[in-house]
Amino acid sequence: MNNLWGDSLSGFWSAWIIVITLGSIGIAFWLLYANRKTDKTPDAEGNVDTTGHAADGIEEYDNPLPRWWFQLYVGTVIFALGYLVLYPGLGNFAGVLGWSQESQWEEEVARAEERFAPIFAQYQEVPIPELARDGEAMQVAERIYLNNCAVCHGSGAQGGYGFPNLTDDAWLYGGEPENIVHTIANGRNGLMPSWQQLGSENIENVTQHVLSLSGNAEDEQRAEQGAPVFASVCAACHMPDGTGNQALGAPNLTDDAWLYQAPGQSLGDSVRQTLRNGRNGHMPAQAAYIGEDKVHLVAAYVYSLRFED
Amino acid sequence: MSTAFEHPTYNYKVVRQFAIMTVVWGIVGMTLGVILAAQLVWPELNLGLPWTSFGRLRPLHTNAVIFAFGGSALFATSYYVVQRTCQTRLFGDKLAAFTFWGWQAVIVSAVVSLPLGYTTTKEYAELEWPINILIAVVWISYAIVFLGTIKLRKTSHIYVANWFFAAFILTVAVLHIVNNAAIPVTPMYSTSIYAGAIDAMVQWWYGHNAVGFFLTAGFLGMMYYFVPKQAERPVYSYRLSIVHFWALIMVYMWAGPHHLHYTALPNWAQSLGMIMSIILLAPSWGGMINGMMTLSGAWHKLRTDPTLRFLVVALSFYGMSTFEGPMMAVKTVNALSHYTDWTIGHVHAGALGWVAMITIGSMYHLIPRLFGRTEMHSVNLIAVHFWLATIGTVLYIAAMWVNGILQGLMWRAINPDGTLMYTFVESVEASGPGYIVRLIGGLCWVTGMLIMAFNVFMTVRRGEGARQPIPQTA
Repeated sequence: MNNLWGDSLSGFWSAWIIVITLGSIGIAFWLLYANRKTDKTPDAEGNVDTTGHAADGIEEYDNPLPRWWFQLYVGTVIFALGYLVLYPGLGNFAGVLGWSQESQWEEEVARAEERFAPIFAQYQEVPIPELARDGEAMQVAERIYLNNCAVCHGSGAQGGYGFPNLTDDAWLYGGEPENIVHTIANGRNGLMPSWQQLGSENIENVTQHVLSLSGNAEDEQRAEQGAPVFASVCAACHMPDGTGNQALGAPNLTDDAWLYQAPGQSLGDSVRQTLRNGRNGHMPAQAAYIGEDKVHLVAAYVYSLRFED
Repeated sequence: MSTAFEHPTYNYKVVRQFAIMTVVWGIVGMTLGVILAAQLVWPELNLGLPWTSFGRLRPLHTNAVIFAFGGSALFATSYYVVQRTCQTRLFGDKLAAFTFWGWQAVIVSAVVSLPLGYTTTKEYAELEWPINILIAVVWISYAIVFLGTIKLRKTSHIYVANWFFAAFILTVAVLHIVNNAAIPVTPMYSTSIYAGAIDAMVQWWYGHNAVGFFLTAGFLGMMYYFVPKQAERPVYSYRLSIVHFWALIMVYMWAGPHHLHYTALPNWAQSLGMIMSIILLAPSWGGMINGMMTLSGAWHKLRTDPTLRFLVVALSFYGMSTFEGPMMAVKTVNALSHYTDWTIGHVHAGALGWVAMITIGSMYHLIPRLFGRTEMHSVNLIAVHFWLATIGTVLYIAAMWVNGILQGLMWRAINPDGTLMYTFVESVEASGPGYIVRLIGGLCWVTGMLIMAFNVFMTVRRGEGARQPIPQTA
């Protein structure tokens, strides 16, 4: 079957396709041609005699095929055969034009590259902090952002449940130009493991401890009881003081940016859920889709969001 | 139902059952369509519940209108036509009764399982494997009843309507079984035995032939009986019937790949799908010409007979959408129209304009005869229904043409720097007015169907009051 399902077929399958294609068109055409004329002559109303049989009182005339309809049929068959000469269709025969959807795509991309690449190449020369102040460049960048990034981060770049806000100053992986370029070009995988095995008592204590880091604890006593567990389990990534580690993408727990607080959910419940089930954040890599030059431009757009009030 | 209408020769009971359910499922299926149309204007109408979300109700709508409404109509008319034109009683009363109850069981299973989220994800074949097995059993029983009746016929000739019905029944059996071949995993979950591009090709071979055989050949069978019957004129050309029947069923088989232009499907398969779709134009129009020309000498009847008007306008929409289809199968046109609302408009030109209107015209001919009357309770209400259906269809397809071309052009528009001029959501926003017009079109349709239900109810009630046996005309 592998040989049947590609643009390059084995000799048998190629021949099979050619035979049944031309055979079917041929039979359809023969059917038309064989029935084109009638020996009978029309009556006064112009109708040719009935066939003689009646079904539940319904009779059938034996009128000839309408001429224009016959010609339409012949025309479509001629078009089809012409198309099969010009384009791929008859098995391995590629068609005299040598066209394929892949070649069409490659040509269109090459044309677009030729026309638009200089525009983006020129932006790539400019350092990101400077490019971020270029109003015209940022208009182009915004369109790329809206078509590629807004679906998760929102058209206002304020993020949402599970999607980082790009307008604040909390950066999971760092907010310097090179960090932003790296994030966009190569993507990120933010993995918080599940700590179900700590048991519900410990999870509750650690939850309160995490909340206390930003001054949100609901139960100070539990927050204190959670401190040793936090130190032995969580501090490895989030640091002993809870300020996080941008090299790992471990969030700062002392600020007021909460990536996984669902709409309507209390902060405590959100942290509890994170501890119990873990989290898995995924930013897809964009370099292969939009190219390095556009990554540079979009990074400048993300960088520019800090200028706005 | 009363036994007062029992025909001395024919089995009308199963025809009556299917005819009534055609009206019931028509209302259910179209109401679902209106709800979905409203959700596209006001998304909060999904009520935030999984069971009423667009993704679950949409397959319920398509299954309800195609298989419940269209299917019941095809069962009713094919059982009626095959008996009348073969002058013999339906083969196997009990088997025929099984096809009715079995088919209703399939529909009820769909009504339950689709909102619950059970789906194979194959378009127009979403039902899970236990239901698919029931469908196969019912369908094979249907084939036995229908072909058994043809075998018992008292006429020498098999009437053209029966060719179309037979082709539709046999082909749908093959399509259904091949496309739904799957490995069961749990009682309500299975995986297709095909993978990747092959799965896609099998799915659209099925999908387009569901259009070609279920929604075209079957309804042409209906057309070939009810148009000449209602117009009281001979069929225009037996010769044309032969040519377009064989050409239609042979060429339709090839057209599926036009649903997969510019995809992972190999170039050669895409091209064959395109050229066969173009060759399909003349065979499709053959049916329209044969129906329309049958009316020559009877055009004046359109002034007084709204049932005939339904049948004729159905043929016009059939001609229009079978012209549009081959055009949309051309790669350059498809590059603009694919994935836009134009496709939805095209489907509804066929589904509302052709399938539903030929069905309704046929039902208005059939129902009074099944219930011992010569005419529907109110001919004026048929006329009202006709105008609601026609205006509803025109609003629907015009709105989707505008939306489809708008979307296609917005998606491909680029700025001087090569970036896209519009984001996807802007094209959704621009489609809003079209969605409102479509909703109005849908409301016209549902209103018409409710009027039909009232008219049918009054016809049946009066008929039961009369309690006159039907004279045998065969």
